[in-house]
Amino acid sequence: MKFIYYFIILIPSLTFGQNLLTGKVYEKNQNNTSIPIQSANIYWLNTNIGTITDSEGQFKIPYQKKHTKLVISYIGYKTDTLTINTPKYLRHELFSNNDLDAVSISTQKKSTQKSYLSATNILNISSDELLKAACCNLSESFETNPSIDVNFTDAVSGTRQIKLLGLTSPYILIATENIPSIRGASQAYGLSFIPGTWVESIQLTKGAGSVINGFESFSGQINVELQKPRANEKLFINAYASGAGRYELNTHINHNINPHWDTGFYIHGNLRSQEFDKNNDSFLDVPLAKQINILNRWQYTNAKKGLVSFMNLRYLNDEKQSGQIQFNPNTQTQLWQSDINTERIEFSGKLGYVNPEITYQTMGLQLSYSHHNQNSVFGLRDYNIIQNSIYSNLIYNTIISDTRHKIKTGITFTYDDYNELVETTKYSRTERSIGGFAEYHYDNLDNLNLTLGARIDTNNLLGTFITPRLHLRYTPWGKAAIKASVGRSKRSANIFAENQKYFASSRTLNILNSEGNIYGLDPEIAWNYGLSFLQGFQLFNRNADVAIDLYRTDFNNQVVVDAENPIELNFYNLNGQSYANSLQLELNFKPLKRIDVRVAYKYYDVKTQYQSGIQQAPLTPSQRFFSNIAYETVLKNNKQWKFDITLNWLNQQRLPNTNLSPLQFQKPNLTPTVTTLNAQITKVFSKNFEIYIGGENITNLKQNNPIINPDNAFGSNFDTTFVYGPIFGSMYYTGLRFKIK
Amino acid sequence: MKKIITLTFILFTTYAFSQNKNTKTTIEVDGVCFMCKHRIEKAAIKTKGVKTAVWNISTHKLELIYNQQKTDLKTIQSNIANSGHDTKLIKAKAENYNAIDPCCKYRDEQVVKNHEKN
Repeated sequence: MKFIYYFIILIPSLTFGQNLLTGKVYEKNQNNTSIPIQSANIYWLNTNIGTITDSEGQFKIPYQKKHTKLVISYIGYKTDTLTINTPKYLRHELFSNNDLDAVSISTQKKSTQKSYLSATNILNISSDELLKAACCNLSESFETNPSIDVNFTDAVSGTRQIKLLGLTSPYILIATENIPSIRGASQAYGLSFIPGTWVESIQLTKGAGSVINGFESFSGQINVELQKPRANEKLFINAYASGAGRYELNTHINHNINPHWDTGFYIHGNLRSQEFDKNNDSFLDVPLAKQINILNRWQYTNAKKGLVSFMNLRYLNDEKQSGQIQFNPNTQTQLWQSDINTERIEFSGKLGYVNPEITYQTMGLQLSYSHHNQNSVFGLRDYNIIQNSIYSNLIYNTIISDTRHKIKTGITFTYDDYNELVETTKYSRTERSIGGFAEYHYDNLDNLNLTLGARIDTNNLLGTFITPRLHLRYTPWGKAAIKASVGRSKRSANIFAENQKYFASSRTLNILNSEGNIYGLDPEIAWNYGLSFLQGFQLFNRNADVAIDLYRTDFNNQVVVDAENPIELNFYNLNGQSYANSLQLELNFKPLKRIDVRVAYKYYDVKTQYQSGIQQAPLTPSQRFFSNIAYETVLKNNKQWKFDITLNWLNQQRLPNTNLSPLQFQKPNLTPTVTTLNAQITKVFSKNFEIYIGGENITNLKQNNPIINPDNAFGSNFDTTFVYGPIFGSMYYTGLRFKIK
Repeated sequence: MKKIITLTFILFTTYAFSQNKNTKTTIEVDGVCFMCKHRIEKAAIKTKGVKTAVWNISTHKLELIYNQQKTDLKTIQSNIANSGHDTKLIKAKAENYNAIDPCCKYRDEQVVKNHEKN
């Protein structure tokens, strides 16, 4: 009888016992003792049956024979899936997941972000922003951004020049992954040598910027981060075709070799083979072009040892042809033509080390070598330049007392060797420079931070000099930032490489000084002062911000490029004053949830003392209005539409003086205003595939007669440098992107 | 290149050894969001002797490097508790906890859940 009684009790307890799996989840600390993990998630794979651990790390979960895969997870730890055959008591150790250090934020992030916290006035342009204007290379990447002014392509090179704070691109330090890259010989066309799809993000700093990358940044710094083999898609293909006969193809292949090594091949080709002369001036409206551009990157990552390294190898070959397609036999006996052939080989490497024990100590080494060879003909003028460059920078980061006080210090070595042939004159020079820098960064973790930096460089042609820079940010109240900066810069102007467009004219080139070290000229020196205010606020119940930027660049010496005499181009040292003042007002807001609106107004006062008097810089509009509207539909099943529209208005621009020309070749002092409208529609079909179509200059605005005296291209008044607006008229394009993760 | 790397390593290791008065440790601090992170790190770093403090939102772990001769874990934890955040050793007083922003109330399950959703 007793036996039956026992039996009745035993059976249910046995079944109960069989229906529960119990266990404990823990981690080991540094002393190797077990610490229970509370609130870890325990569940059977592909079921709704789950539980969490208690304060002792204990758990109980219903068990059935059909459940064999038990998942144990906890935020910050690696998720484990265990195979359970019998419901035995389980002890399981979780290991922390170090990859979680970077926490992702899922609030809608804007594609262009101004920083409220950084002391420098820095703007991050993500790849999302770059996709808004799909075509095609870095020179065209700034179309949706009011801070950078992009000029119109001249008829000869077909490339676009950019301006920041009213100054042309030679005054901007342009770096690829913090290695100065577009400088010297590549200044004129270098932006078109970086395909847009290679770009991961762009950091734009207004004002003098940090001293770490050198002393050459007058109006700002642009840093381009390229795609990383480790993060990028396994395969990416982008094809583009435009009604202007331009075809581009980009292929990225990334391969993960082992946990430490990744490699990527980025291959770009473009072709422009169709001849257009819509304005019947006998000159091509857009040049014919061919480019092959190959980049191979190697990335080494070892988190345990605290090492990251990149190695890049690049080869570029670019050909541009333009000029006349027919000639007037009464005035000419041959075609005026231009050929620009460029070959560039580049090797660069970076090594970063974070001390795993003392995480605030890091070290970085950057090395780069480049060989640049441009062979070109502009009508009867030859221009060849070969530049060999070596750049190395060693940076050491540490703290004083605690992480509120950071120090960066290091040494830079650069070597540049230039050999030029300008018509029949040879120029060659070698610049060697070695410098040390230190930058102190203070952050009170509340409302103030500042960056104070200085570098001392010794350059065989520029002498020994100090470059001081100061950046300050103060937050007086919520969601606001006041920033101030001041800094000095110095550089040697590569007068011919930077002003190549003047080769496509009949102007005689004259250098009016002879005592200086660089083409007889002195180095350029300027101070830049900046003040900016950023305020975030709520508009239509959504985040909005308004920014005011005020900058002034004041030249102590400048190599003045004087085109005020229509048959000459004169280079001389500044004698008097030269400055660039700029004001920018920018408003960003969201009138509706998925619509981003950006409106900007800019005012420029850029004046230089020319021989003929102080004047506003030519082809620099005194006012600009910019507006960009972006709309995205809800992402559903990875499908989405994106719309983007950009309106630009430029005030009248001053043209160089033509009073000395015969009457029929004279130009008015001021150009008409210029309004352009660009739009793009993207259809995302899936995670892997999207198509875009777009139009540039939709209102079909054209500058009539961009070339002066095209009928007599070898005559004394021929000039192609008076381009202030679009030559081609409206242009439509389409393209696709295909990617495999 | 190789020489520079070796040299760098040697430099670093010697530097690291010479700093043996510094100790590296990890403690658990309760909190939920970026504002908490800022408050926790600030409280820790403002403790004299603390070199660096990095708090991880998802793991609640605060990585510390501090000078043992100048401070100890108890002082650091009490400063963090005074800022309103519980540590393993010292819990924040009600007055300090009440002073933190509503979105940071890590003891409130609803607040924690709201952050998880995000």
